[in-house]
Amino acid sequence: MEKRVTFKGWLLPLALVFPQILISGVFFFYPAGQAIWQSLFIPDPFGLSSQFVGLGNFEYLLSDKYYRASFLTTAIFSTLVTLVSMVPALFLAVMADRLVKGAGTYRTLLIWPYAVAPAVAGVLWLFMFNTRVGVVSWYLGQLGYDWNHVLNDGEAMGLVVVASAWGRISYNFLFFFAALQSVPRSVIEAAAIDGARFWTRFFTIVLPLLSPTTFFLLVVNVVYAFFETFGVIHTITSGGPQQATTILVYKVFADGFVGQDLGSSAAQSVILLVVVGALTVVQFRYVEKKVHY
Amino acid sequence: MATVALKGVKKRFGTVDVIHGIDMEIADGEFIVIVGPSGCGKSTLLRMVAGLETISEGEIQINGLRVNEKEPMDRDIAMVFQNYALYPHMSVRQNMAYGLKIARIPKPEIERKVAEAAKLLQLEPYLDRKPRELSGGQRQRVAMGRAIVRQPAVFLFDEPLSNLDAKLRVQMRLEIRELQSKLGITSLYVTHDQVEAMTMANRMIVMNGGVAEQIGTPLEVYERPRTLFAAQFIGSPSMNTVQGTAADGMVTLPGGAVLPCRSRHSGPVTVGIRPEHVHVDPNGPLALDVTLTEPLGATTLLHGKLKNGAELFTASLQGVHTTEQGTHSVQFSVPAEDIHLFDPATTLRLD
Repeated sequence: MEKRVTFKGWLLPLALVFPQILISGVFFFYPAGQAIWQSLFIPDPFGLSSQFVGLGNFEYLLSDKYYRASFLTTAIFSTLVTLVSMVPALFLAVMADRLVKGAGTYRTLLIWPYAVAPAVAGVLWLFMFNTRVGVVSWYLGQLGYDWNHVLNDGEAMGLVVVASAWGRISYNFLFFFAALQSVPRSVIEAAAIDGARFWTRFFTIVLPLLSPTTFFLLVVNVVYAFFETFGVIHTITSGGPQQATTILVYKVFADGFVGQDLGSSAAQSVILLVVVGALTVVQFRYVEKKVHY
Repeated sequence: MATVALKGVKKRFGTVDVIHGIDMEIADGEFIVIVGPSGCGKSTLLRMVAGLETISEGEIQINGLRVNEKEPMDRDIAMVFQNYALYPHMSVRQNMAYGLKIARIPKPEIERKVAEAAKLLQLEPYLDRKPRELSGGQRQRVAMGRAIVRQPAVFLFDEPLSNLDAKLRVQMRLEIRELQSKLGITSLYVTHDQVEAMTMANRMIVMNGGVAEQIGTPLEVYERPRTLFAAQFIGSPSMNTVQGTAADGMVTLPGGAVLPCRSRHSGPVTVGIRPEHVHVDPNGPLALDVTLTEPLGATTLLHGKLKNGAELFTASLQGVHTTEQGTHSVQFSVPAEDIHLFDPATTLRLD
């Protein structure tokens, strides 16, 4: 049976949860409330006065074609980052799981990129693909391909996706590898005796058994793509060319802190809050049903 | 329908020899039980037949064809695992149909075969349940069903009953045996339970330390154990052993007791006497100082030491023997045909 702790009074339990409530309050509820409040005003450029506009900021945003384009950019970007960080991770984990000798070394080497901070990773990739001095772009030039992510939308998107996903492959690899190790050997052997070859076994037995891990990583990676890729985008493209890599979070920054339109920026934060909340609800209500625990 | 042959089969893990060469011919439809204590290599032997372990030396043949290099799926075998190894995300129906689906058997035929197996195993009400919604016995049946639907040439069982409670184990034991004789499929069955071995086997392999101590029918092994190990492993409670000296059809025990025996051997011997073969006889040559009585209902076990000797000895008597606790002495005799003699050095039977 589960062991439940019961308290007699109110004071002790309250004191015990207080630190967590305090942290949530200071770092989440207060800023979120401020953002909602601010999204109803337009401050003047010097910050000396502000005018109440009701839902005006939201109305303006939803009719702004750049803002709507940013939605699409975010959808493409986060889908790609999630895919590019999860599929190779799974593949590497499956291969590492098959190794008998040297699995430890292999695993350690694969985990290293996770130690690299996103902004540093961004700079690293930027160097390699720099249109003038980059190693990779030079080789591409030799092959007759003119790489220029400063001007080309698709190349810019590709570069920020790869730079964002790269470090995450390590993280996802770790989880997939651990999950693979916990798939019972005898189940795999039973499938082998039933006539399933390696990849058949993988798709019909292993992958379904990994689904709790896959689901967890899906949620975590989508949130990562939404919020934690700012550093990569800022260092590589700064949202360009022509907003081609401006995801919602980047636009909050660009409009608020660069463009000084704090009202709109606050409204964008509120929308982002709703979008991510909705996305998480959808993931848990619909995708989780397909998970076998 | 198949014969299986093991020819000098050996297994090494690195430099450690696990199986030291097993030879056996298994006839079509035979039920062979591989029995032995933990770590004797019995599961490894079975997994080698299945193709889950490589064969270091020797040859395994199924239907006269060498299968050493064949993948498990190409050997025409089915295996029931100790933990059942059901696919947890699939229903009972899908579990049983999995192998057939992979073999690209037409859907209607798969359905027919699964329905047939489900009926045979009384699994019909559970076909759409997941394994975790089943009891241990039902899971066991699903594992059996998965093996049956493919109509393999050979069934392999790896301690399939060891996760069940005692009562269910007895029931499933009978079910497996009935099923096998109904289907007539050659079977290899690994267990550490000598009762399972005795009740299920056409023939059994008693294994110890990677060596086949004896291969024979259950009664052969019981009545004429080839080695001391086989003698002690088969039979419950296990056979008593006493060091003695044999000469001219008589054997002398350390306490001075003299028993008649059938062997003409002379010299030092290990004497084996099964607990159930002693007879209460006030004039008998053996005297047991009883220290503990275990009344089991149908039989009573008397534990103690032989008079004038340090050897622990157990006697099993029919019916209820009410004896007061504490030390008292009981006199026994043992018929000559129930005295087993083994060479103390080689542990082989002396006859």
